[in-house]
Amino acid sequence: MPPKGHGPHGFTGAKPKNMKKTAKRVLSYLSNYRWRFILVLICIAITALTSVAGSLFMQPLIDDYIKPLVLMDNPDFTSLVHALTILAIIYVFGILAMWLYSRLMITISQGILKKVRDEMFAKMQRLPIKYFDTHQHGDLMSRYTNDTDTLRQMLSQSIPQIFSSILSILAVIAAMIYTSWQLSLIVLASVVVMLVIVKFLGGKSSFYFARQQKAVGAVNGYIEEMINGQKVVKVFCHEEKAKEGFEKINNELCRSMTLANSFANIMMPTMSNLGNLLYVVLAIAGGAMALNGVGGLTLGAIAAFLDLSRGFFRPISQVSQQVNSIVMALAGAERIFELMDAEEEQDEGTVSLVRVEKDGRDYKETTSRNGIWAWKCPNEYGVSYEPLKGDVRFFDVDFGYNEEKIVLHDINLYAEPGQKIAFVGATGAGKTTITNLINRFYDIADGEILYDGIDIKQIKKPDLRRSLGIVLQDTNLFTGTVMENIRYGRLDATDEEVYAAAKLANAEEFIRLLPQGYQTEITANGESLSQGQRQLLAIARAAVADPPVMILDEATSSIDTRTEIIVQRGMDALMKGRTVFVIAHRLSTIQNADVIMVLENGRIIERGNHDALMEQKGKYYELYTGSFVKE
Amino acid sequence: MIKELAKHIGEYKKVTILTPIVAAVEVALEVLIPLVLARLIDLGIDMGDMAVIKRYGAYLIGLTILSLIFGVTSGRFAAIAAAGFSRNLRRDIYNQVQEFSFHNIDKFSTASLVTRMTTDVNNVQMAFQMLIRIAVRAPLMLIFSVVAAVFINPKLAVTFLVAVPLLGIGLIFISTNVFPIMDRVFKTYDKLNNVVQENLHGIRVVKSFVREKHEEEKFNQTSENIYRDFSKAERIMILNAPLMMIAVYTAMILISYFGARFIVVGTLTTGELMSLITYTGQIMMSLMMVSMIFVMLTISRTGARRIVEVLREQSDLTNPGEALTEVEDATLEFKDVSFSYTDDLDKLCLKNINLTIPQGAVVGIIGATGSGKSSLVQLIPRLYDTTCGEITMGGVNIKNYDLEVLRNQVAMVLQKNTLFSGTIKENLRWGDEHASEEEIIKACQIACADGFIRQFPQGYDTYIEQGGSNVSGGQKQRLCIARALLKKPKILILDDSTSAVDTATDASIRKALREEQSQMTKIIIAQRISSIKDADFIIVLENGAVDAIGTHEELLTNNEIYREIYQAQAKGGDFDAA
Repeated sequence: MPPKGHGPHGFTGAKPKNMKKTAKRVLSYLSNYRWRFILVLICIAITALTSVAGSLFMQPLIDDYIKPLVLMDNPDFTSLVHALTILAIIYVFGILAMWLYSRLMITISQGILKKVRDEMFAKMQRLPIKYFDTHQHGDLMSRYTNDTDTLRQMLSQSIPQIFSSILSILAVIAAMIYTSWQLSLIVLASVVVMLVIVKFLGGKSSFYFARQQKAVGAVNGYIEEMINGQKVVKVFCHEEKAKEGFEKINNELCRSMTLANSFANIMMPTMSNLGNLLYVVLAIAGGAMALNGVGGLTLGAIAAFLDLSRGFFRPISQVSQQVNSIVMALAGAERIFELMDAEEEQDEGTVSLVRVEKDGRDYKETTSRNGIWAWKCPNEYGVSYEPLKGDVRFFDVDFGYNEEKIVLHDINLYAEPGQKIAFVGATGAGKTTITNLINRFYDIADGEILYDGIDIKQIKKPDLRRSLGIVLQDTNLFTGTVMENIRYGRLDATDEEVYAAAKLANAEEFIRLLPQGYQTEITANGESLSQGQRQLLAIARAAVADPPVMILDEATSSIDTRTEIIVQRGMDALMKGRTVFVIAHRLSTIQNADVIMVLENGRIIERGNHDALMEQKGKYYELYTGSFVKE
Repeated sequence: MIKELAKHIGEYKKVTILTPIVAAVEVALEVLIPLVLARLIDLGIDMGDMAVIKRYGAYLIGLTILSLIFGVTSGRFAAIAAAGFSRNLRRDIYNQVQEFSFHNIDKFSTASLVTRMTTDVNNVQMAFQMLIRIAVRAPLMLIFSVVAAVFINPKLAVTFLVAVPLLGIGLIFISTNVFPIMDRVFKTYDKLNNVVQENLHGIRVVKSFVREKHEEEKFNQTSENIYRDFSKAERIMILNAPLMMIAVYTAMILISYFGARFIVVGTLTTGELMSLITYTGQIMMSLMMVSMIFVMLTISRTGARRIVEVLREQSDLTNPGEALTEVEDATLEFKDVSFSYTDDLDKLCLKNINLTIPQGAVVGIIGATGSGKSSLVQLIPRLYDTTCGEITMGGVNIKNYDLEVLRNQVAMVLQKNTLFSGTIKENLRWGDEHASEEEIIKACQIACADGFIRQFPQGYDTYIEQGGSNVSGGQKQRLCIARALLKKPKILILDDSTSAVDTATDASIRKALREEQSQMTKIIIAQRISSIKDADFIIVLENGAVDAIGTHEELLTNNEIYREIYQAQAKGGDFDAA
């Protein structure tokens, strides 16, 4: 039966674009298990032959053992027992072979799945931020769920079953022809009829399933939207309207579902009864042939043939079913490979961050934790060391998320070590974008950014990012304890260092009040914590990393004034003694800034400290005093 | 539980009952076929009588065609019944939720309601379809086949009486061992999804702290657990097929041997032996089906329970019998009002509130998160009912007004607001279905939305995506205010409704409201002092109680909380340059 999934892909459009290439690539994963897979194929063949052997045995059973014995006065059953023993041994082999290939397929399929999942995740870690901007999370998630699951079904069920079905069909055909070629012709004719019927029913069924899937999507979408807005529906007394709207699409779903399921349900009884019909026709024809002495058919041969024909229809309908599910699985695999083939974040940097200590006039590398950080720059004479200070400069930087649309123009700015640079401006003016350029989440289109005099393109990305701390507007925490979440900033931080960071961030007070203190488990992005508390943890996390340069994106609203004061104190403590880029919403932050950049439409339109900008009576003055009323 | 769900079959009752009956007939016919065939073989082929072959051949063809017709019919009926049942069920849950109060909705959470209406209904529908057809077919096939076998030869049928229970026990053993492991596998899957999801959401954090390797390790460990547990479960599950084979093959060998002996003695015919072998296959297959059905039904039980929970939920909001449909005076009075979301007197979020809000007043409400601001205003349009005390409007208890009339007079702009997919105009008409163009534009002008709407290429016909994802937060808030204004209410409540709007626009909205809608009572909850500074009076809430009431100047001089907030905002407050 076709699947009833209602993930983002659903049933429609589940055709792979390049089936051959994808199939080849899936099979390439099998190559690690080459010998085992060959063994699987051998076992499948043995299993298929065993069941044919059982049917074929009907002929000697009836013709050679039973019939002659009936005529004897003193029947001797030893030869029958002998034959049955051989049959039993064949059966045992068949069963063992079946068990063995199922067992081997588990190792193969689960092993491949693990490899695919791990590769996919590892790959995802190497993708640029841009990729995540342009792909929906739900869509990426479904590659780990729906798509890997269909792949699992294909590997563990469809592939062995298709082989087993094909081998059974071949073995049965051979056995049938061997038993009676005349009756075989009847069977082959009926197969043609059956294929036509399967094609018709299957086509209808998948047509209506596609329609049903569309209706399911509509109903689910409607439910999601309405239930999420249920409170608004109530406030506007819109309940009756909402019911009417639902009734309409729900009825449509019912119609297409009835049709889709009808065809799916009809398939099975049609097939099994056609099988019965063939069985009956064969019995009649076989009987007639035996009576007229055509083809030398004995009763035992007819019995064997009938038994063979029973086992013939099922594998045929199975093949068509499994082909469908393989096509679907390949579509899923294609999506997985699409992720795996996505362009990775490029890192052509050569400069790295190392700990050094002073050795006379030069620096030398050290593993001691007392050493200071320095940039290790390879040059034609070997290496030189440049102490990490936190000096960041932009020269004529242009940037666009794509080449056609430049969103930042001619950005120039100089942040000396320990300085605080504030960005203000409307949403979409480009504040966040600028900060995303410093840590190379995005690469600039033109111009240059220097960090301690080194072009950031020459610095290895991990080292560049390690030298920058960041507190984002939306806090992301990870499942784990409070301790683990703070330590995320620096994995080798001692407990004491974590406590110190929490204290600095002003987070200590609330952590102590949690049921298990630092060992309290955080789940679902800290749903049990308030927005303010989550921010405090993010500040502590940045504090434990202790980088010379910080990028802060202040949260706008949604926390009350009192919590805000606590968060603010934490932020202030974090900023002390560092170069700070802050996307500011609070007056206190701005007033203390060394330089304020006022951004509008991707350009810096005013710069200077608070007093200077106020005197200028420009945009900043307008924003600050709120003395204007316009959109 | 089943009884309760069965109520929703409704007009599909007839088809639902017919399906298993038709299916039973189909099974009976199918089981008859080998019996008749045995006759054809013994009396026709073995005896060499062509007339008998022709006669029984005709019977058999008739039987299969009948069985085909019944089989197709039962499949069709099952589809009709199941699709109809799920339609009714979905509709009934949906309509039930429409009757829910806010209290009911909170209890379930919207996400869980959505799952119940989609995934759960789907699973229950599948189970239902299986229950009325396959779950009838498989056991009947088993029983009929055994009966037929006993009818042919009771002694040989003993084989089945031994093999069937043995296989049954084996299947039960396998499933009871697999269940707990699979349970663990599903939990680990959840964990894996969680790791991926957190990674996706926090990808910027991961990258800025250079934690890619750390994340990979976390993932690989979970992935390893799935690999291990899933393999373990599958290793047990694959025993199913060999077990079944053992049963079938053993039965075949035994039947062949004893069958041969009986034929020689003359108590069995060759045709009958063949039928017995056919029945062996059918019996074992149906046994497999039965165990599969059992598993499927267990899985869908959870979904069924979750659906029944929603259907059982009683809405706790009642409309009065003889309701007042006219609101003459919108003066509000809170008399000793206390309120708890859980009706638990120990967990009150509002305590002994006494207030009077005259019609046309502009009232500001301020206080820390959790001080009860939203709770207080939600009581006015009866989104929740008071736990103790009463609220009157125009001297009449609000519970005596018709609920729809009350909510139309008290327009509320919720903190978490939603726009629906549709054009801007359609969204605004939620406030008033018959609003004219002029009225719509007027409302938008007051809400300072007209300006940005006109800048959209399609203006008022701009299509809003689901959840309003294609307009900014501030624009969304302004559209929601305009939508509420179109109701032409006597009381307008803004619950932190301009938080994403810049200070200047916020000010002009308030100015327009004051000038254009002077008769309307305006209750404004805000974080920013600037939003409520010029209100007629301001209510300061603290821990669910009224701490002080007064004008901005009064509160500045004699209320500590207010002063503290003011000072905090004045020196470190907002600089939202939107």
